[in-house]
Amino acid sequence: MAGTGHAHLRGDALLSVRDLVVEFPVGRTGLKVNAVSGISFDAQKGETLGVVGESGCGKSTTGRAIMQIPRPKSGEVTFDGQDLMQADTETIRRLRTNIQMIFQDPISSLNPRRSVRDIVLEPLNIWKVGTKEERLARVNKVLEDVGIDPAVAADRRPYQFSGGQCQRISIARALVLEPKMIICDEPVSALDVSVQAQVLNLLEDLKRDYSLTLMFIAHDLAVVKNISDRVAVMYLGKMCEIAPSDDLYRAPAHHYTNVLLSSIPVADPTVTVATQRVQGEPPSPVLPPAGCRFNPRCPAATDRCRTEEPEIREVAPNHFVACHHPIHGGEAPVSVRSTGS
Amino acid sequence: MSTLQTAVRRETGTLLEIEDLATHFATPGGVVRAVDGVTFSLDHGQRLGIVGESGCGKTILSRSIMGLLPRRNVIRKGSVLFEGTELTTMSLKDRQKIWGAEMAMIFQDPMTSLNPVMKIGKQLAEPLRIHLGSTRENAQEIVLKLLQDVGIPEPEKRLEQYAHELSGGMRQRIMIAMALACGPSVLFADEPTTALDVTVQAQILDLIEDQCREREMALVLVTHDLGVVAGHTDQIIVMYAGKIVEIAPTATLFSKMKMPYTEALFQSIPKLADPSHTRLTTIGGRPPNLVAPPDGCSFSPRCPYATDTCTKVEPELQQAEPGHLFACHYPVGSDRWNEVQVSLGRRSGGH
Ligand SMILES: Nc1ncnc2c1ncn2[C@@H]1O[C@H](COP(=O)(O)OP(=O)(O)O)[C@@H](O)[C@H]1O
Ligand SMILES: Nc1ncnc2c1ncn2[C@@H]1O[C@H](COP(=O)(O)OP(=O)(O)O)[C@@H](O)[C@H]1O
Ligand code: SF4
Ligand SMILES: [Mg+2]
Ligand SMILES: [Mg+2]
Repeated sequence: MAGTGHAHLRGDALLSVRDLVVEFPVGRTGLKVNAVSGISFDAQKGETLGVVGESGCGKSTTGRAIMQIPRPKSGEVTFDGQDLMQADTETIRRLRTNIQMIFQDPISSLNPRRSVRDIVLEPLNIWKVGTKEERLARVNKVLEDVGIDPAVAADRRPYQFSGGQCQRISIARALVLEPKMIICDEPVSALDVSVQAQVLNLLEDLKRDYSLTLMFIAHDLAVVKNISDRVAVMYLGKMCEIAPSDDLYRAPAHHYTNVLLSSIPVADPTVTVATQRVQGEPPSPVLPPAGCRFNPRCPAATDRCRTEEPEIREVAPNHFVACHHPIHGGEAPVSVRSTGS
Repeated sequence: MSTLQTAVRRETGTLLEIEDLATHFATPGGVVRAVDGVTFSLDHGQRLGIVGESGCGKTILSRSIMGLLPRRNVIRKGSVLFEGTELTTMSLKDRQKIWGAEMAMIFQDPMTSLNPVMKIGKQLAEPLRIHLGSTRENAQEIVLKLLQDVGIPEPEKRLEQYAHELSGGMRQRIMIAMALACGPSVLFADEPTTALDVTVQAQILDLIEDQCREREMALVLVTHDLGVVAGHTDQIIVMYAGKIVEIAPTATLFSKMKMPYTEALFQSIPKLADPSHTRLTTIGGRPPNLVAPPDGCSFSPRCPYATDTCTKVEPELQQAEPGHLFACHYPVGSDRWNEVQVSLGRRSGGH
């Protein structure tokens, strides 16, 4: 899996990330967490790029590294033609009007002491956008667009809202400067399925109405498939596979993707649960395995996988995989092929 | 994988009979009707799922059955018969004998139940010595066997470790080993895999399933995830606002669901088999405040089929077929349901 290489990249991207490396020191041991170890991807203008993988594989770190929080160790991050790795702090600050982030826990990411109106207004005040009236009108408009009635809600504080409503408010705040891109880090993971569906539909609508490009990070593969045009699968700081959603789920080429898909419990008792299981849990990113990082858990690993890191390559149109022995003409696990009525 | 002789049960018939069980909490904001008149039974070896959105009473129901409730400001009603013995009136001391030995529980976060300063080996051995009167050597042997049964690599090494040294999946395995230690006849698992990654979740669900089968142990699996119950239960209860709104054998529930809430829950999950960008059907609003639940059907404020009858008259549980009950005036398939489906454009008219 340990995907290196650039075969999957195209030119006309809004965001492009090349060989991104992020490391964190482990106390004073001299060791380091290899959180993200040389990943490359693009987000085309107007697309939703999904990023999946188990906890600790580096999804959030990747999202934050794009925003330069903290500055990555190495690599290139280009947004809208601008090289962010070389940019000064002021440029980065400006950039944040064009790329916004929303998070899993909306309640704690909203200032509890401020009213909803002030929370959404703040970015406009900081950037001195328009007149006071124009700002207030803009706030009301985005609140309405996310399904919050400003007449009822604007004077209330975040704790007076449910998790789903707080997520809508944080989306409104992210939208108010009309950014080009939003990085959504597990935005529906803490919500009940009913509310999750509302927020997913809302994001689809807003993407269209505001001409957004989305990066959608989540660990739920069904959620990611639903919202994404393309999906990237990460494992232990590396990218294993990236493909248009329907292709990835129909014919996973990486053994890890296949295992992930087979592990999902399907809401249909007539589906016999697939028996493709992996042993154990992902190893520590402090001392990742040599060769392909998935090799200790991979059902198809050979000696080559234990020594040589696979390069990412195209196995079908727009379908890229970093594996020495990809699943050819792969068939989706049974869970993906049939569901209930 | 073999099992402990002491732990294998061979009974059949009814294990638990729950009747009109209610648990209310007196709070400054009013009385919270967390569980409000629940009746069902569970057979030996049967696997039951309890599903519903958060706050609908799943956890309090399972704790009410076990008798694991806070002592203050709790109003309880109803009956819990465990193999014919009434548990609700039993002394704490007698109930403690039943916990572990007959009924065991595992939770979403194993850290809340594992002792952070006691070695794993000792924590596992203690209940054996208390409940089964095992000697030290004997207990140690059983513990090693249990750790093997729950798929823990290098069990000898684990005996000397503390909970924080283990991964989330490993801790949940330890919790399961502790729960199994005295060979309970029923395991209550409250969101046991919600905090785990999907590959580890699959391993833990497989483990619970294998252990239930080998030990002929009944299971009460509480989860918000319809996928989890679909593959791992025989029977499912759908709860809403502290009540059972539908109960059916698992296959029946998915193929012939009657209650609009069950339908809505099911429709709102993104399906892996659907193409990307499939529009999700949503349920508006949120579950009601349990201090003042709505009159009539508690789902009526969110239900697309609701009429005046629904907002006034509470629907009783009625039978669709033996073993399948639902509480609704206009169930899936009824004339009213068809009418609304057509008007919502979900179904074309004329059939
Ligand atoms: N600030 C930090 N300091 C040290 N380690 C970190 C920090 N942030 C993340 N990590 C580590 O980096 C790895 C990737 O984390 P993260 O990007 O949060 O994963 P994901 O979002 O996929 O769950 C993990 O091993 C995590 O513990
Ligand atoms: N100790 C308590 N005091 C007051 N209300 C409580 C208490 N415990 C739970 N509740 C309420 O009871 C209801 C049911 O809770 P719970 O059984 O935990 O729901 P679930 O497990 O389905 O998410 C909720 O509205 C919750 O707020
Ligand atoms: S009783 Fe009425 S409101 Fe309740 S679920 Fe049935 S149709 Fe909907
Ligand atoms: Mg994360
Ligand atoms: Mg609960």
